[in-house]
Amino acid sequence: MSQRQLALVIDLNVCVGCHACVTSCKEWNSSGAAGPMSDQNPYGADPSGTFFNRVQTFEVGEFPLTETVHFPKSCLHCEDPPCVPVCPTGASYKRAEDGIVLVDYDKCIGCKYCSWACPYGAREIDENLKVMKKCTLCVDRIYDTSMAEADRKPACVMACPTSARIFGDIHDPQSDASRAIRENGGYALMPEWGTQPANHYLPRRTTRLRIHEDELVRSDNPLRVEGHLPRPADDASTLEDASF
Amino acid sequence: MRPATSVILLTTLIGAGQGLFLALFTVQSHALVGLLPAVEGRALYAQGGAIALLLLAAGLVASFFHLGRPERAWRSAAQWRTSWLSREVIVLPAFMAAVALYAGVHALGWTPTLVNLPQGPAIDLSIVIGVAGTLLAFALFVCTGMVYACMRFLAEWHTPLTPLNYTLLGGASGFVLAAALATLAAPSLVGFLSGWAIVLTALAAVGRLASLWRNARLKPRSTIQSAIGIKHPTVVQRSMGFMGGSFNTREFFHGVAASRLRMVKHVFLVLAFVVPIILLIAGRNAASGPLLLGAFVVQYVGLLAERWFFFAQANHPQNLYYQAVA
Repeated sequence: MSQRQLALVIDLNVCVGCHACVTSCKEWNSSGAAGPMSDQNPYGADPSGTFFNRVQTFEVGEFPLTETVHFPKSCLHCEDPPCVPVCPTGASYKRAEDGIVLVDYDKCIGCKYCSWACPYGAREIDENLKVMKKCTLCVDRIYDTSMAEADRKPACVMACPTSARIFGDIHDPQSDASRAIRENGGYALMPEWGTQPANHYLPRRTTRLRIHEDELVRSDNPLRVEGHLPRPADDASTLEDASF
Repeated sequence: MRPATSVILLTTLIGAGQGLFLALFTVQSHALVGLLPAVEGRALYAQGGAIALLLLAAGLVASFFHLGRPERAWRSAAQWRTSWLSREVIVLPAFMAAVALYAGVHALGWTPTLVNLPQGPAIDLSIVIGVAGTLLAFALFVCTGMVYACMRFLAEWHTPLTPLNYTLLGGASGFVLAAALATLAAPSLVGFLSGWAIVLTALAAVGRLASLWRNARLKPRSTIQSAIGIKHPTVVQRSMGFMGGSFNTREFFHGVAASRLRMVKHVFLVLAFVVPIILLIAGRNAASGPLLLGAFVVQYVGLLAERWFFFAQANHPQNLYYQAVA
C-alpha cells in the first residue's frame, strides 16, 4: 500500500451531466503530443469518435419517485487491471510509481484484446491511428512542471463546474480523494470481478435540513423587550422566563 | 461480441490444418507399431503435410487482417509470460515449421533410422518431427482456446469446454480432410480415417452441445446495479451520452436479430455435425473421394457458422453501460 495510486473520485451527488469533463478531455488530448482522438464523420449523418470519458444517464426508481443519475465513466485505473496481462505486445502497462494504466501507442498492434478484457468498456480503438486508447489520467498534465501547481490536475477535474471530480492518491489516507471515499461511502464499480478499480464513486445522498417551529419565531422578540408589543396574557405559555 | 471474419477464418483454417497433421501422424505412428498396414509410398504424408501447411499459412494470413497495425505484429510474441495470444503467436509458427519439416522429409525421403526399438519399430527422423508436431498441435489448440477462455468476464467462454471444443472441432475437420485425401493417396486407410472422423465429429457434437447447454443456463454476474453501484431494484439507462455509434456499440454486439442468432445455431448444428456424419458413413462405405470431400466442405461451412455463433453468443458486461441512445 506504500506506492502511490492516483485516481479520480466522482461524486454522483453533484454531477449534473453537463459533459464538460467529456469536452475538456477531448480538447486536451486532441491538442496534446500524442495526437488527436479521431472522429469519423463528425459533422455528417452518422458520427462516431474516440472519447476517453463518457457520461451516461440512468433513472433510478419508478415515476414519480425517480432520481436521475448522471454517470461519468472513464478508465478506472484498476489496481489489478485485467487489460494488462492479456496484451501480447506489452503496450498496455501499469506504472509502478503512480498506478496509472497507460497504452504505449508505438507498441500497440490494435488487436482489441485489451478492450475485450475490460469489463467497464473503458478502452476504445482510434479508427485513424488504429491503436487502442484510453484515459491517461492526464499524465502529461500532472507531471508538467511548466504548469502552475494548481493546473497540474486532469483536464476533466479542472473543467467540472460542480466539483464532482476529485483527483488524488487513494493510497494516502490524508489526501482529498481518500477522505472523500472514507467520509461519503465511496464505492468501486463491478466489485464482483476483483479488478479493484482505483476510481471510486460517491453515492447519491440527500441533504436534509430539519427546521424547528421555534427556530422560525424568535422567543426574545426585541419589540416586546422594548415594550412595543402588548404584554402576553398571564396564562399564555412563553418560552423564556418572562419577568415583567 | 461482434464476430470478426478474419478471426473466424483463422481459427477454422488452422484447426483443419492441425487436425490434418494429427491424422497423418496418427496413421504413421499406428503403422510404426503395426496397428495399421504400412502406407504405400510417402505421397499421403508429403502431400497431406503440404496441404496442412497451406491451411495453416492461410489462417496466419487471415489473422493479420484482424490487427489495426499489422506491421507491428512481430511484437506480439513479447508477453508470453502473461498473454495467451502471445503464446499462440509463438506456437503457431513453431507448429508450421514442424509441419513443413515433416512434409519436407517425407517428400525428399530424408528419413534415416535414428534408433531401432527392441520390439522392432524403427524410429526415423519423420517420427521424431511428428511427435514434436503432435505436441505443438495440441499446444496450439490449447493456446487458441485459452485466448478466449481466460477472460473471466465473458462467462460464455470461460470454461474448459472452450479449448476442448476447439481441439475436437479442429481434429474432426482434419480427419475428414485426411479421409478424403486418402482415397487418392492411400486407399487402404480410408476406412480407418473416416471411421475416426465420424467418432471425432460425434465427440465434437457432444462437446458443443454441452457448451450450448451450459450457456443457456448462465446467469450474468454483473447487473446494472453492480455496474453503477446503486442498489435500487429499478435502475434503467436513459442515455448513453451520445447519439452516434462508438467502438463500444460496434465491437461488443453482433448486430443481428435474436431470431437470426437462433437460425445460425440450427444451421451449424446441422452442417457441422449431422450432414458430415451422413456423408462420412456413405463415403466410407463407397470409398468415395467426392463424398468425403463433400463432407469436409459442408463441415467447414458449418464450422464457419459455429465460430460465428461462438463469438456472437458472448455477452460482455460493458454492454450494461450502452443500452439506450436517448
